[in-house]
Amino acid sequence: MHWGSAAEFLAMGGYALYVWGSYLVTALVICVEVAVLVRRGRTLRARAGRIAGPGSD
Amino acid sequence: MSINWFKYASPQSFYPLAGRMVPWFMVPAAVLGLIGLYIGFFVAPTDSQQGEAYRIIFIHVPAAWMSMFIYMVVAFWAGLGLAFNTRLSSMMAHALAPTGALMTFVALWTGSLWGRPTWGTWWVWDARLTSELILLFLYIGYMSLAAAIDDPRRADKASAVLALVGVVNVPIIYFSVQWWNTLHQGASVSISRAPSMAATMLIGMLVMVFAFWAYSIAVALIRVRLLIMERERNSAWLRETEGV
Repeated sequence: MHWGSAAEFLAMGGYALYVWGSYLVTALVICVEVAVLVRRGRTLRARAGRIAGPGSD
Repeated sequence: MSINWFKYASPQSFYPLAGRMVPWFMVPAAVLGLIGLYIGFFVAPTDSQQGEAYRIIFIHVPAAWMSMFIYMVVAFWAGLGLAFNTRLSSMMAHALAPTGALMTFVALWTGSLWGRPTWGTWWVWDARLTSELILLFLYIGYMSLAAAIDDPRRADKASAVLALVGVVNVPIIYFSVQWWNTLHQGASVSISRAPSMAATMLIGMLVMVFAFWAYSIAVALIRVRLLIMERERNSAWLRETEGV
């Protein structure tokens, strides 16, 4: 462990903007991708349920 | 013992299999990602030249590798679909492309944020960076073309041709740092010689590579299931499988 404190860890030796800018945007796009897929799945299942659900044949 | 490989070439039998496979890749992706981040931030030492800025490597290199590798896989499945007219192959190609584009974006974004403190510039039109940007455009072009054609089978064929032509760009990206004088450094890791980086840095990076790999497979499997649902929505088997 080479970080003296949490503040030192967050400062990243003066490169906080570049390091955290990289990691946060990467985390963000991954979260967006997963969220889009989950939503698309819900929409599709809901639509399938409406078409073939109770009431229809 | 003979295995019927063609069994899983049909969307009907692959749909439930893909569903069962998703957790087997998503869970390792999360676990390896956490281990990789731990090694990257708490075990790997500070770089003697770049200080802490080098820690971008733990996402930059895996994303860049995946961006090229996924493109090859997209072209492979698209080509297979084109040659043998197998629907599932084309769907696999469509399922992988958005994740490949995401990886390309991450590679470019993190590369830019890494270039600023180490090279003094966000962007430069050198061979490696430009060819990686072209890769992003190839992904976007492939997805746009596939989405622009209403008939899915014609969309599969047209986009497959684009994907196959674009393959020429992948070796250009990979060898760009050898063929031209670029600002981007050469490969730190190669098969032919010992890696030019500290062991813990290398291990952290490789763990992240496996995490990105597992994530890409998991997400592609989820997406291919959605594509099957969209295309096969009128078939009886899907209604039975989904219980609706």
